Amino acid sequence: MPAMLRKIAQRLGMLQHSFTGGVHPQMHKVTADLPIEDCDIAPLLVLPMKQHIGEICTPLVSVGDRVLRGQKIARSEGYLSVPVHAPTSGIVVKIEDHAIAHPSGMGLPSIYIEPDGADESDNSLEPMADWQNREPTVLRERARMCGLAGLGGAVFPTFIKLVQDKRFRIETVVLNGIECEPWLTNDHRLMVEHAAEILEGMAIIKHMVGAESGIIAIEDNKPDAVAAMQQAIAMRDDMDGVSVFALPTRYPQGSEKQLIYTLTGREVPAGKLPMHIGVLCQNVGTSKALYDAVVLGQPLTERIVTVSGDALSEPANLRVRLGTPVRSLFARQGLEDFSGIQILHGGPMMGERLKEPDVPVVKASTGLLAMSAQAMGAAHTVEQPCIRCGHCGEACPVSLVPNLLADQCRSDQLEKAEAYDLFDCIECGACSYVCPSNIPLVHYFRYGKGQIALQRREQQFAEASRKRSDAHESRLEREKAEKAARRSRVRKTHAPKADEAMSDDVAKSESGKGKSSESVVEESK
Amino acid sequence: MSLIMLSSPHAHGGDSVRVIMLTVILALLPATGVSVYLFGWMAFLLIATCIAAALLTEAICLKWMDRPVSTLLDNSAALTGLFLALTLPATTPWWMAVLGSVFAIVLGKQVYGGLGYNIFNPALAARVILLISFPLQMTTFIMPMSALEPVINLYDFSICATLFFVGPEALNLGFDAISMASPLGHIKTEATLGIPVTDALAAYQYSYLNAFLGFETGSIGETSALALLIGGIFLLARHSITWHIPFTYIVTVLVLAGLFNALNPEQYTSPMFHLFAGGLILCAFFMATDPVSSPVTPLGQVVFGIGCGVITWAIRTWGGYPEGAMFAVLLMNCAVPLIDHYFRPRVYGHSGRRV
Repeated sequence: MPAMLRKIAQRLGMLQHSFTGGVHPQMHKVTADLPIEDCDIAPLLVLPMKQHIGEICTPLVSVGDRVLRGQKIARSEGYLSVPVHAPTSGIVVKIEDHAIAHPSGMGLPSIYIEPDGADESDNSLEPMADWQNREPTVLRERARMCGLAGLGGAVFPTFIKLVQDKRFRIETVVLNGIECEPWLTNDHRLMVEHAAEILEGMAIIKHMVGAESGIIAIEDNKPDAVAAMQQAIAMRDDMDGVSVFALPTRYPQGSEKQLIYTLTGREVPAGKLPMHIGVLCQNVGTSKALYDAVVLGQPLTERIVTVSGDALSEPANLRVRLGTPVRSLFARQGLEDFSGIQILHGGPMMGERLKEPDVPVVKASTGLLAMSAQAMGAAHTVEQPCIRCGHCGEACPVSLVPNLLADQCRSDQLEKAEAYDLFDCIECGACSYVCPSNIPLVHYFRYGKGQIALQRREQQFAEASRKRSDAHESRLEREKAEKAARRSRVRKTHAPKADEAMSDDVAKSESGKGKSSESVVEESK
Repeated sequence: MSLIMLSSPHAHGGDSVRVIMLTVILALLPATGVSVYLFGWMAFLLIATCIAAALLTEAICLKWMDRPVSTLLDNSAALTGLFLALTLPATTPWWMAVLGSVFAIVLGKQVYGGLGYNIFNPALAARVILLISFPLQMTTFIMPMSALEPVINLYDFSICATLFFVGPEALNLGFDAISMASPLGHIKTEATLGIPVTDALAAYQYSYLNAFLGFETGSIGETSALALLIGGIFLLARHSITWHIPFTYIVTVLVLAGLFNALNPEQYTSPMFHLFAGGLILCAFFMATDPVSSPVTPLGQVVFGIGCGVITWAIRTWGGYPEGAMFAVLLMNCAVPLIDHYFRPRVYGHSGRRV
């Protein structure tokens, strides 16, 4: 009933737009009022060669090299990639695989740096306080070379989005300060303490994409962040088209597509990007990182991490150098014994459970949560049969029918699942959260998507094999034809009677070869 | 701790099947209370027997299928037993009640694979099997308490126990003496004799107020529209059900009845009569909304509700049976997979509905 009333109110223009579905999890924002603390530099930092979505980087340093803070230590490969920088000065002691923050506990090539305590900076990048006079392409290259990736957790290379495209003019830049995940407060504290830098970052983004208006979207459970951003706007005189929106607290309000709908009443068409409807979305943390990169000339070497959870007595918001071991952050907050404790990387709704605490903080590390066995157990109990209550569908912000989709994925009816828009699922977890039968719906969706991706790869492989075999066949035929042509030429020119017998033999054996290769081709068909 | 799953989300809202079923049982308490008030120990014994038989049957089935018997605690079998009892006449003998419960659990639910896999509402399926098997007993309705007081005291446990477990013969009593047709049955019989409904209702001394409060005769749980509405509103408020099915179901019946009643009041009964008669409200709020056997999508639920309404009204008006609500829900249950497929909501970012 409330959903219907809301829709009616929206139609009448009495209420702002709001995405469908969603849930209200307990927020547990226990660190909301704790100022950001600087975390000491750990005795060993581990920098994985991929901390973004895209191609893995190649190390530029060798064991024994001394590096400075901000020095590029790994080169990006390909377009969808950003480089990695040394988070402090020190010696490269090892380059080998290290476990990363991934539920499987998989490893990636990583550079190990032993800090020398001097924390000496590289300072090779020129600060661009006059960014207003710089070409957007120059600023874009700066964003790329400083290793910027979306700090909301998705870590999509930032520079790719910061582009002026004549076909799709960006009208509105949205800074996402929603932070709808329970427990996390890193964006919240950043907005309270670094509002001016975030705002300057937004001004840079607007300049880069040529946008006129800007929106800073914050959930209304963070009134101090709203006030801080509003105050920062008031302090500047170039913020005419920029406003702060305090949106109702509802998960997943911070999901890009849902947020855009709430703010503009427009949906990003399926398979399209926000820029196709003239919107650009960036996390507030990324905006601050862009400010650092452009105005201060500092590459991305640190981020704010919320260290919290119901099994942690001293939670905190920490400014952490990338590469810091997760174990040392928990040790700093008084947690050393991890028996019976589950560690989450990110929030509880979309974060990953870590197999071990010996993984480094990366660009995606919004939060690290130590959860008790009870808290995790309550979320992961035995799956019961679906009673088709439909609560999952009501909670789905994309309007899927999750229970039917899960059935299809579970029984490998993948074509049907695709027809039921499996790939529109944003894996927000709202359906699993409300399911009275504790069905891990999102897990089934991931499985289904994985199976379909696998099938596509296999199909592509088969297609490539077929093409290769076709090419092989046509080459053999061509060679045969050429050989025959050559032979007839040779016969015409020479044709000495005395050699007739011999050349006959050669021709026989050659035709025999031709036959055998022909039959091979036929078999390979 | 054994962690079953690694995949997010790692938080849960705390809803459970057990609580959802318990909520429905709570919502049925007003109607259950009224039934005991109206039919005394007869109703109590009937309800207790049905619930006990349903639980026992479920336990045997679970044991037989090597499933944890603790599944009983999900309350679904108890709910099925209660549902069934509320749709039965007060004079149902114990063995018929037990048979019904066994039908409901075995044929209505477990043969399909247990909770969540049944096509039909188990209680309604059992009720229809009973109706077809024992048409006389299933349409013999005794008058509620006040009218019976000179003949028989339904608040006397020993009398009711004898009636229930042995039969009316033991008390030298024929149910004929104390039974009467339900309003719907009366209208149907009179209509075959060519008597206009207005005259038939007048002869029956039918009163809308009595029907609303529950003093007209019928199955023990469906007589009081008021008690059922209280339960229905409770379910809506607790968000156990959504408005779509009950609202569209009832409105469809009202609209059809109103239309035809306006055309020919001699032949077609009024919307108010349809609303309070028989099992419409029980079916609309409790039976048709059974999550397992109803559509999951909002639009699908609207279609389902309209379908139930049309069939209910059509059977009541033109069919061979006086009451069509159960048949309507069961027929629409068959269509649920189809409805779910064709009436999915529009997905974010997609224009128009694609099937």
